[in-house]
Amino acid sequence: MVRVDGSASSNSLIKVRGLDKTYERGGGEIHVLQGLNLDVDKSDFVAFMGPSGSGKTTLLNLLGGLDVPTRGTITVAGDEITHMSGHKLTEWRARHVGFVFQMYNLIPVLTAFQNVELPLLLTKLSKKQRRQHVETALNVVGLGDRMNHYPRQLSGGQEQRVAIARAIVADPTFLLCDEPTGDLDRQSADEIMALIEALVKEYGKTVLMVTHDPVVARRADTTLHLDKGVLVESRESQRVGAGGRHEI
Amino acid sequence: MKFSRLIFANLFRKKIRLALTIGSFAVALFLFAFLAVVRDAFSRGADIASADRLFVINRTSIINPIPLSYRDKMLRIPGVKMATHNNWFGGVYQDEKNFFPQFVIDPENQRQVYPELIVSDQEWNNFLKDRQGAIVGVHTAQRFGWKIGDRVPIKTTIWGSGNWEFNIDGFYHGKRAQDDETQFWFQWDYFEEHVPDALKGQVGWYVVRVDSPDDAVRVSKSIDAEFANSPFETKTETESAFAASWVKQFGNIRFLILSIGTVVFFTLLLVTGNTMAISVRERTAELAVFKAIGFSHRAVLLFVLAESLLISLLGGAMGLLLAVMAIPVMANALNGMLPQLVLAPSVLALGMVTALAVGLASGLLPGLGAMRLQIVNALRRV
Repeated sequence: MVRVDGSASSNSLIKVRGLDKTYERGGGEIHVLQGLNLDVDKSDFVAFMGPSGSGKTTLLNLLGGLDVPTRGTITVAGDEITHMSGHKLTEWRARHVGFVFQMYNLIPVLTAFQNVELPLLLTKLSKKQRRQHVETALNVVGLGDRMNHYPRQLSGGQEQRVAIARAIVADPTFLLCDEPTGDLDRQSADEIMALIEALVKEYGKTVLMVTHDPVVARRADTTLHLDKGVLVESRESQRVGAGGRHEI
Repeated sequence: MKFSRLIFANLFRKKIRLALTIGSFAVALFLFAFLAVVRDAFSRGADIASADRLFVINRTSIINPIPLSYRDKMLRIPGVKMATHNNWFGGVYQDEKNFFPQFVIDPENQRQVYPELIVSDQEWNNFLKDRQGAIVGVHTAQRFGWKIGDRVPIKTTIWGSGNWEFNIDGFYHGKRAQDDETQFWFQWDYFEEHVPDALKGQVGWYVVRVDSPDDAVRVSKSIDAEFANSPFETKTETESAFAASWVKQFGNIRFLILSIGTVVFFTLLLVTGNTMAISVRERTAELAVFKAIGFSHRAVLLFVLAESLLISLLGGAMGLLLAVMAIPVMANALNGMLPQLVLAPSVLALGMVTALAVGLASGLLPGLGAMRLQIVNALRRV
């Protein structure tokens, strides 16, 4: 269950309270997020929509520990991340967050296998264990036969699949997807969304996604609209094929 | 080790740029080794000089002679153990480009004064019995393919005219790698027979061994005092000082080499630093992704430093390997125009340390930039 009124139970996986983010530009302050509350449970699939500059990506960056809020708190699985030191936050990201970016951001000089293996290099897994994990992740995204391909040898959709495999390989607490289909054609976008849905439905992953595309947003359990830094609108959304509806 | 594949993959990302950067390092390190070898060659005389040897020359100039009669007077000075004398012959063997130093020696004390230059007793005895005999350093003998018994004509350019004939009676070699093995020695008596009468009884310089190195200064002063106010006043100094003043005639070699070396390495630092800066700037988004997925700031810094150190290690090793192979060839090609070029292990070690220091310095600023990279800002630049 996703809530934005700050009234959820203490069991929420992600709990955001009174989140403000202000930037200083040209001598003035820009309030990107203002007093935002949010509760997300395990296995929720949330889409954030809104116009450019509404604070979608800023919210995602804050939730992923890539940026720090001006005020407010973010608690993930009991860990309050807003007051963690830079070093602790880095370790926390490695353990809890899987990132999927619009431009895939694969390392071009590494093969699909090596790209997916990157997060595991930070763990104590043996080489054999790392191989098993990487193979599993690549099979999940349907690229078991493309392990030794470099990004330039893959299509855009396949590159994004590799990026998703990299995001899930270390079994993070939740995935943050920033416009995961923004650079793809419709067919590839549908395939990527089907994959993300499967991660939620079959593997119980929690996914928070930013998108401009209403078609893509409709695939999520819940769509939240951000405007001028405030969650101003909420509406029902339906997960395609999931058969269930979640109401905010 | 698990990060090595990542580091190497990044290193070989732009192969041409990598090759050019490594090439710059290799050339710089080769130049470093060569300059160090030339500097060593010029300063070797002073470095390997014996502490108990004094050089006595004419106070006016080394090209002005000193009477042979000074020897006995010198031997009477307290502290003088033995003395020998030499003349510069300066002849030409076949062609002027075949330069090697030729010395007239006093066979009586030569081996005692220069114990580090070894001649076998049998060859030395043959030399003593042969008025036209010659002892040659093994380097020069190998250069011209001389064997014992060969007859060698050398044309004089100073002492009259025509060819002087010599018999090769033996070879000497140095105890140390740095010892000069290019000299050609022949007998004082043969020299005296052939020089014009006006030049007879005059030596180029004396080499004196003292009882104790601690006594060298006093003995030097005593020798010069002995011949003060004579037509042939002397200037006596230790072998080390003599060698150093000899090198000074060529100019401040040390300063020149240091200046060139400094410019070369500063340029290398700029070239490599620029390469690393470009390399890091090109990968801003990738570095941000590394940080986003959990690589620490320090890990990112170490990746950049590892790359620049690898470049310096590869380039440095290639340059020094080139020096190891090329310097003996260059030494032969110079044909004795410079003192013997010897590439000491200390030069190789210093070269490698310098290369790594340059690699570290050139990677540090881009590495710190990568370390301080803000993930959000970097991802926004994509």
